[in-house]
Amino acid sequence: MMTENSERRVVSVIVVNESSVLSRITDLFSARGYNITSLTVAPIPESKYSRLTIVTSGSVRVIEQITKQLHKLIPVYRVYEHADLVEKEMALIKFPVTESITDISTLCEAYNGKIVNVGENVIIAMVADEPKRVDNFLKVIQRYNPKEIVRSGAVALER
Amino acid sequence: MQINGAQMVIEALIEEGVETVFGYPGGAIMNVYDEIYKQDKFHHILTRHEQAAVHAAEGYSKASGKVGVAMITSGPGFTNAVTGLADAYMDSIPLVVISGQVPMSLIGTDAFQEIDAVGISRSCTKHNYLVTKAADLPRVLKEAFYIASSGRPGPVHVDIPKDVTAEIAEFDYSVELELETYKPHTKGNPRQIKKAIEAMSKAKRPLFYLGGGVINSNAANEVRELVSKTGIPAVETFMARGTLSHDDELLVGMLGMHGSYASNMAMSETDLVIALGARFDDRVTGKLSEFAKNAGVIHVDIDPASISKLINADYPIVGDVKNVVTDMLNLVDNIDAKKYAQWRETIGKFDELHPLMYHEDTDRIKPQWVVERVGELLGDKANISTDVGQHQMWTAQFYPFSRARQFISSGGLGTMGFGFPAAMGVKAASPDKVSINFTGDGSILMNVQELMTAVEKKLPVINIILNNNYLGMVRQWQTLFYDKRHSETDLSVQPDFVKLAEAFGGAGYRVSTKEEFDAALKDAVEKNVVTFIDVTVERLENVLPMVPAGGSLFNMMLLAKKGDK
Repeated sequence: MMTENSERRVVSVIVVNESSVLSRITDLFSARGYNITSLTVAPIPESKYSRLTIVTSGSVRVIEQITKQLHKLIPVYRVYEHADLVEKEMALIKFPVTESITDISTLCEAYNGKIVNVGENVIIAMVADEPKRVDNFLKVIQRYNPKEIVRSGAVALER
Repeated sequence: MQINGAQMVIEALIEEGVETVFGYPGGAIMNVYDEIYKQDKFHHILTRHEQAAVHAAEGYSKASGKVGVAMITSGPGFTNAVTGLADAYMDSIPLVVISGQVPMSLIGTDAFQEIDAVGISRSCTKHNYLVTKAADLPRVLKEAFYIASSGRPGPVHVDIPKDVTAEIAEFDYSVELELETYKPHTKGNPRQIKKAIEAMSKAKRPLFYLGGGVINSNAANEVRELVSKTGIPAVETFMARGTLSHDDELLVGMLGMHGSYASNMAMSETDLVIALGARFDDRVTGKLSEFAKNAGVIHVDIDPASISKLINADYPIVGDVKNVVTDMLNLVDNIDAKKYAQWRETIGKFDELHPLMYHEDTDRIKPQWVVERVGELLGDKANISTDVGQHQMWTAQFYPFSRARQFISSGGLGTMGFGFPAAMGVKAASPDKVSINFTGDGSILMNVQELMTAVEKKLPVINIILNNNYLGMVRQWQTLFYDKRHSETDLSVQPDFVKLAEAFGGAGYRVSTKEEFDAALKDAVEKNVVTFIDVTVERLENVLPMVPAGGSLFNMMLLAKKGDK
């Protein structure tokens, strides 16, 4: 079992919007030794539910356990673990104002983004794309000396 | 009606049919205790430690099948109770544990006796609540009882700030529960059940593997019928002891780390495991890759997460064991019990080869003899609790259990100090039976203060201390796996257990011969008062057979052969 391949999976969890529900989820992951690569959470409009998107990794058996254990939590309404997803992630990047705005702007456009703020000392750019492409983007812009990077974590919807 | 939060707690307990509450008062829960004082619908048993209150509620629940209720205060009251919550969580025991909390306005200020109780209990309860307004209490308490007792049972913790117990709101317990996120699946899928029955009829060496879930779902009668109708032999886990009667010919015995040779060999040789309410715990399976290696697996469990968690199930059936077994009973008529005669014979030979036994080869009483002797003298007339350690395994091995809910012990968590308070709860639930607690000289000191509760509330638990002046199970592992370095396990310095029991108003007996033991037990049963029977037993006796941790079930350390028993 230990030799089973670990793979990246996205798990979506619909939970009742109540206090401490997020800690129930994260406690479960830490108590059972599951990984969290990223986690996003926000209320679902016009409902009493929130949606969490958790990027995790594990063998098929571990992923199955994760979904079952999540489902056991009382405030959990649905757990989706699909391979066929539309996945997006946003990143904000801060550059020194001395870097080439044109270059950065062109690059951002290639990754579904743009420059969102230009200040006295820094430029802030935004991209929103598939997590893998965001990875790529962050590699490419290294030469422009990014000062700070923040990623939102993935959000996903089943097709 | 308009009442305050504390009164709501009382009303809810009455509505739920609670007859006995175990607890310990303190600052934050005082409003509720004030209302307890004013009512006469249920009985409150004051333990001398919060941990004991929860264990007593566990024992009460296990013996009666009802939800156990414990009540404690905030801060240390709550943290003392955590071990009990964790114990109940591991063994799927339905409890509602109500704790006081500092007033809402003080939460988060490091107030006196404040602790983040729901934060702590989250990982050791089925569910928990921090109640922030009295208006929520009727719904929360109703949900708590429902969640604790439905699906896979477990403890539910309700934390109530002091001002909420004083706040007045509308109480209507007829509120409909709206739990759209919690709908336990209790009925097994008929097609899966049919497939499982087909697999059973095709198998040559099938084996029932009965777990604690059978007892939790009150399915012992149905399971007995299924076993006898099919003629398929059965092994029990530690948690399932008593499901089949000890004299049932189809009961092979207990399996696992200290299971019988025949049970473990049967599990190793079977071609179809029929797991009913069992969870393939590591103390049962030993090395997973070698466990029932050539067998298909039917797994019936109410908890989907238990299925295919450790061992892949070929026939997964999510449902309540009682429902599923009832459905199975309608389909097994074409299974010919004669078909498995040869298989039963094979298992019989395993048992002849290495029966569960011990040697009476020293002057001192053997601990196993004490367990057997109590079985001979009291048998079905006693409920049997245990603490944790060697005495616990000897009890599970040698007591002649004859019914479900007769055996009450801490299985999953292995909590020393469980036995005595649990046996008090058992006595409260089942006053007509003798309540025995087999314990060790280590375990008994972990909740010894409960002598006072037992005396005050007239709960005449008979504690039989199998005294080997050692922390015996750890000593056994040190002997076997640590080259006899008996680090901190010698308990030669001991209290006078007789005087200790007497100091609280109980009775004490010191026993070193069989005759003395018989006399002491007889006297204790007649006296009807809480008792310590301190039995000096062979110091270095080991629990055998034994599958070393992580070893394969078929690789057991066995008792050396001798001519006599």
